[in-house]
Amino acid sequence: MKLSPPTSVADSFSSIVEDDDLDFNLRDGSRVAVVGGGPAGSFFSYFLLKMANAIDLDIEVDIFEPRAFQYCGPAGCNHCGGIVSESLVQILATEGIVLPERVVQRGVESYVVHMDVGDVSIESPVHEQRIAALYRGNGPREGGDAPLESFDGYLQGMATDSGANVVRKLITDVESRGGLPYLKFADGQAESYDLVAVAAGVNSNFINMLDDLTSEFEPPKTTRGYICEFKSTEKEIHRILGKSVHVFLLDIPRFEFAAIIPKGQFATVVMVGDDLDQELVHAFLNDPVVRRTFPTDTTPCVCSCSPLINLGARKRPYADRVVMIGDSGITRLYKDGIGAAFRTGKAAATTAVFHGVSKKDFEKHYWPTCRNIVNDNRVGKVMFATNAIMKNSRLTRRAMLGMASKEQAKDGAKPHMSSLLWNMFTGSAPYVEMFRGTLHPGFIYNLLLSVSGSLWPKSNKKQIKRKVA
Amino acid sequence: MVRGALGKVYKDGEDIIQQGKTGDSMYVVQGGRVEVVQKSEDGVEQHLAFLEAGDFFGEMAVFEKEVRSATVRAAGKARVLKIDKKALLTRIREDPLLAVNLLKTMSHRIRYLNAEISRHKETHL
Repeated sequence: MKLSPPTSVADSFSSIVEDDDLDFNLRDGSRVAVVGGGPAGSFFSYFLLKMANAIDLDIEVDIFEPRAFQYCGPAGCNHCGGIVSESLVQILATEGIVLPERVVQRGVESYVVHMDVGDVSIESPVHEQRIAALYRGNGPREGGDAPLESFDGYLQGMATDSGANVVRKLITDVESRGGLPYLKFADGQAESYDLVAVAAGVNSNFINMLDDLTSEFEPPKTTRGYICEFKSTEKEIHRILGKSVHVFLLDIPRFEFAAIIPKGQFATVVMVGDDLDQELVHAFLNDPVVRRTFPTDTTPCVCSCSPLINLGARKRPYADRVVMIGDSGITRLYKDGIGAAFRTGKAAATTAVFHGVSKKDFEKHYWPTCRNIVNDNRVGKVMFATNAIMKNSRLTRRAMLGMASKEQAKDGAKPHMSSLLWNMFTGSAPYVEMFRGTLHPGFIYNLLLSVSGSLWPKSNKKQIKRKVA
Repeated sequence: MVRGALGKVYKDGEDIIQQGKTGDSMYVVQGGRVEVVQKSEDGVEQHLAFLEAGDFFGEMAVFEKEVRSATVRAAGKARVLKIDKKALLTRIREDPLLAVNLLKTMSHRIRYLNAEISRHKETHL
């Protein structure tokens, strides 16, 4: 028997590249435009070039990003709370991507849940700092002396090291010419591309320029966020907040969710809700529970913004030669937006390199990743609706605190409520997994027990620390 | 080493995993350096390699239920991130290309071992 010659890794990859729809396959010399140089755009570019290189495919990638991430304040910022989840930190490490210490402003090892009935601190299941608090840009205004590096800038560096070009041109319009997307620029020039990856988030009007390519892009539902940076000394921020993200379940009218995140000499306050305004922000910052955790009168606000936040899915985030990734397309509900940028960016890059760039290719190979996120978000909506009901009742707030406290007091107890709170706030697990946890007989039994116990509460305002698993 | 640290900090000489013990996690070095050593049957410890930021170890435990084949300890102060087996396998199911980086490193190690065996044979012939 004659043995076939040994094949290289590149040959092995080539064999799985589909050969139908040749007109929509990337070839040597193909050009890809990536609109937006945030995490989704950079992850997409990095994986696209890495995988193209593995099969000896020579393509050109241009990232269109007007922001320069070396500037402090809005000029270099992508308006985000700046948390990289536990699961994404592990995935990045497995991919060989190690986040440098100058990018990670604080390694987080616990979440502290604050309620009017008491506080509970939930530590990382493995006693490790596996959540990264960081700045998407180069930090807030007045942060020029801080030793930090932008997360988005770091990822963009990975993409340019892989061969991507960053283009600082302003795109003014998009047309379809001969079946190819044609980008027009403010300087009057225009260029055609074989694929346009849209990673412009939900705060850009670029998507409105795509009408000539397809009319199927319906915008996703959004809500309003509020982000504010408070400045103090690194020592003081560490003294007040430690290595913990602080989240608040408070019964303030119209209040949905807020967190305070320590980042070096700054603390980031993040609020999310449909009905956010100055009055609600003021009510939150002056709530006694918040004031005892974070005295804002000694730490002035130096930078703030109110970005739109994607609440789910854009219907059909793709067309022939166009794919939408990250917040522009699909993201996780409330949590782990950077994780969703990674998943959608990599899935879109894999599809483009190994399958093609037609609508059919994206439907078959990209959409399943998006659909998993969409389906999980449906469960997430139920979880957050339940959480909203529970946080609005003093009885159930007491029951949640009581249950978590009991789990902590008893060695070997199954941490039902602690795990749920940890996963809800860190975004570390899919919502489906959290929901399954709430159907566990132990969870239901202990919650009912805790609710009945909360009808006649003892003093439970002390703060307790314990691992969750 | 403190503010922006991810993972867990190990002191110089502290064992991260031990040869012969069971384990179900792999580890990625985030900062500093770790040493891989292996005890032979006569109890003599042999240096195998130093690993630095971005390198991983303990990956065999993710794919097979065997005891650890070597001890890995901090060489100086080192920061190491633990990767959960269940979470990793779940992600590989969704994104099989995630395993390519692991395969690449394991392939390098096989190549290195083959070279070592050849060298060993040559010196003993």
